[in-house]
Amino acid sequence: MSGLIGRAVHRREDPALITGQGRYTDDLQAPGMVHAAMVRSPYAHARVAGIDIARARAMPGVLAVFTGNDLLAGAAGGVVPTGWLLPEIKTPPHPLLATERVRYVGDGVAVVVAADRYRARDAAEAVEVSYAPLDAVVDPRQACQPGAPQLHEEAPGNIAFDWQLGDAGKTAAAFAAAVHTVRLDLRNNRLIPHAIEPRAALASFDPASGVLTLTMTTQNPHLHRLLMTLASMGMPEHKIRVIAPEVGGGFGSKIHHYPDEAVTSWCSIRLGRPVKWVATRSEANQTDAHGRDHVSIAEIALDAGAKITGLRVETWAAMGAYLSTFAAAVPTYLYGTLLSGQYDIPAIHVHTYGTFTNTAPVDAYRGAGRPEATFVVERLLDAAARTTGLDPAEIRRRNFIRPDQFPYATQVALEYDSGNYQPALDKALEMAGYQQLRAEQQTRRADASKPLLGIGLSSYIEACGLAPSQVVGALGAQAGLWESARVRVHPSGSVSVFTGVSAHGQGHHTSFAQIVADKLAVDMDQVQIIHGDTDKVQFGMGTYGSRSLSVGGSALVKSLDKVITKARIIAAHLLEAAEEDVVFEHGSFHVAGAPARSKAWADVVLMAYLAHDLPAGLEPGLEETTFYDPENFVFPFGTHVAVVEIDRDTGEVRLVRYVAVDDCGNLINPMIVDGQVHGGVAQGVGQALWEEGVYDPDGQLLTATMLDYALPRAHRLPSFDTAHTITPCPHNPLGVKGIGEAGAIASPAAVTNAVVDALGHLGLTHLDMPLTPERVWRAMNRATGDA
Amino acid sequence: MGRTIRLEVNGQIFERTVEPRMLLVHFLREELGLTGTNVGCETSLCGACTVLIDGQAVRACTQLAVQADGLAVTTVEGLAQGGALHPLQQAFWDEHGLQCGYCTPGMIMAAADLLSHNAAPTEAEIRRALKGNVCRCTGYHNIVRAITSASRCMAEANA
Repeated sequence: MSGLIGRAVHRREDPALITGQGRYTDDLQAPGMVHAAMVRSPYAHARVAGIDIARARAMPGVLAVFTGNDLLAGAAGGVVPTGWLLPEIKTPPHPLLATERVRYVGDGVAVVVAADRYRARDAAEAVEVSYAPLDAVVDPRQACQPGAPQLHEEAPGNIAFDWQLGDAGKTAAAFAAAVHTVRLDLRNNRLIPHAIEPRAALASFDPASGVLTLTMTTQNPHLHRLLMTLASMGMPEHKIRVIAPEVGGGFGSKIHHYPDEAVTSWCSIRLGRPVKWVATRSEANQTDAHGRDHVSIAEIALDAGAKITGLRVETWAAMGAYLSTFAAAVPTYLYGTLLSGQYDIPAIHVHTYGTFTNTAPVDAYRGAGRPEATFVVERLLDAAARTTGLDPAEIRRRNFIRPDQFPYATQVALEYDSGNYQPALDKALEMAGYQQLRAEQQTRRADASKPLLGIGLSSYIEACGLAPSQVVGALGAQAGLWESARVRVHPSGSVSVFTGVSAHGQGHHTSFAQIVADKLAVDMDQVQIIHGDTDKVQFGMGTYGSRSLSVGGSALVKSLDKVITKARIIAAHLLEAAEEDVVFEHGSFHVAGAPARSKAWADVVLMAYLAHDLPAGLEPGLEETTFYDPENFVFPFGTHVAVVEIDRDTGEVRLVRYVAVDDCGNLINPMIVDGQVHGGVAQGVGQALWEEGVYDPDGQLLTATMLDYALPRAHRLPSFDTAHTITPCPHNPLGVKGIGEAGAIASPAAVTNAVVDALGHLGLTHLDMPLTPERVWRAMNRATGDA
Repeated sequence: MGRTIRLEVNGQIFERTVEPRMLLVHFLREELGLTGTNVGCETSLCGACTVLIDGQAVRACTQLAVQADGLAVTTVEGLAQGGALHPLQQAFWDEHGLQCGYCTPGMIMAAADLLSHNAAPTEAEIRRALKGNVCRCTGYHNIVRAITSASRCMAEANA
């Protein structure tokens, strides 16, 4: 059916999910299946003096207790790899189970396998580990100070990498010549992802074939298989099958290769039977890769007309105890490269120190570096507005990259291919009723009986769909970032698509089927989308970084084009016409100018398989595959407006209004797009107002449950106002850009700017997230001299 | 050490011998194979495991199976009647009230509890009723719309 692109088609995923028929990893059973439970360090940093498994081993129902040495004796593999390298980066080994030293609370030291999950957990409690505690460090900046506890011999000063981008000299000169300079000391708070489905793995090793089948919570089954082959399992790809069934959210946390899926796999190999492991929520909070945790000094330089002349940032980014899969990319190439924002900035320099800390590893979490960059840039813009006496909207307008400047080469290595920033800002301000809000704010300030009002803007840019592979390889990626799609047209005309992206809530069964149905003019119910299984799908890099549609969707379109091209050759042959004279329209082929001379799609497809009458030399069948490597990133953008009220007595911040105007290019399914915006905004609002992963100075995680880690809940959020401007991506066939992360990129800065704006009359220039009542109350009282 | 319990689940009577410490959610999922009810936190904080016991929303992750002895449990699998989706299920579908779907059964059961004692809730009432159910995907926007829409649909059906 043509005309499906751009329609809010109901999701095909939903009937199973709303009736309880969706199958997530923990829903699956296998004959003879047993359960694993991990024994984890309660210390942030300690030597392992001894592990006594005797009592646990003797408990009823216990099949095995393995330490790292037991489990991996004689095995190939056995370490968790990192997937992104930088010059002179230190990559100390990350063992699957610690044997000599633990480096964060939650570091695994042993695994118990028992008949059921209750007995496994009982026995895990009975494993006696002797620890000799060591001093710990949890703050990314303190970690590299002299005298700090050292995590790895391979990394003196706890420095994993020391990375710079931009022109330091030119930037220093800009600051020296500036009329205005503003400095902010910023913290970007540590976040715990909280996909509602905890991580889980069901490993089934078949001794007869030697094949390991691993069903798990993954956003990228092929990447998991690759890392297992190369490092943790040491088995060739054809002996490992990774399957992603329904996956209950990821937000980045299910990209990474963790020890747990490999340990579970080794248990299955050792025992020759299926083993299931499912994280508890506390385990998830302790061991899921966390997000953010930056300490930064950020400065901006401006001329007399409030034009930005320079931007300079020094950032200390926590890596946690080990380098997780994409950890090194996040505070470098996903962060420093975004520091030009939507603005024409002639000099930028960024210096990032990635430091080891006695905490859970930190890696990509929704937005991954780009929310941190946006926070730096958009906080600086607001602070600069204040210093120069301009309205926050006006200073943005003065500094936007103009439409005629595209393609625009930033000072930090990106070339923005397209953009048109002011219409998105204007639309957002109009939707919010900006001028009325400013007037209302003044009224409120004069009336102590009313809560304070704050308005915050965030004009963000996102670089996503990272590509091409040659470029990301030069930046340190240990994988390509192309995507593949195979389109198999069956003899009767129905279509199976094998895509390398791997949805876990994004609705690809629907949006990808819309693309197929639109291009081939078949009904959506004739289209099947297959993903998430390394034995079915040729290869793929998975779903993260807002890449699925712009990279995976483009691969799909290329394969559809190839299918149509081959079908047209067959049709032309059957119609005895020249190929270039045959047109594919409304689901059939006809000769241009002679619509009666036509062949139905179904007839052409069937002939491709019957092969009774094909052009000489043409292979039978109708199946095409594309490995698509984009020529550039895509660059979504937009402006968000947050409106907050602050209770003068308690400091409680209430988000009363949220306007999101996003430009993600052409929309395939606007309903799904808006859903992505809603979810991203809520996560970013959570970061701004409530969420923080807190370690005490000894490295104990104080936010290991949902009671201590405050997630966004329904009664604390408003409904959101969303709209779009459309600036198609010029270099991919659908003209699309990513939208999965935009909300989480824009909203922390929008909300923080709103809160600081509400308190601006008190002389406040910055407050760190999360903007809890206590933090805001203390700041208000400090400012007014009441405390 | 097992105890025999007899309870009604989705209209069907089951009698099973269980360990006294077995959680209701594991009983439903592993003994009865009703895996629609999910576990997200094991501590009553996320609401993914919400079921109805005698019509009232309960967290199945902090109830023992033996506590449900003699009671009637409804899970998400028991909502659709005669092949027709429950209005809440239909509305979650229509309004895009779910993405990954993991919290969805709990959300729908919590909403069913709300609508059973407040047939026409306001947005604020819906949001308050959902404060024990965490969704990480939708920002709640479309969940609220879905419940509003279902309440209208049910009111029309009853009119």
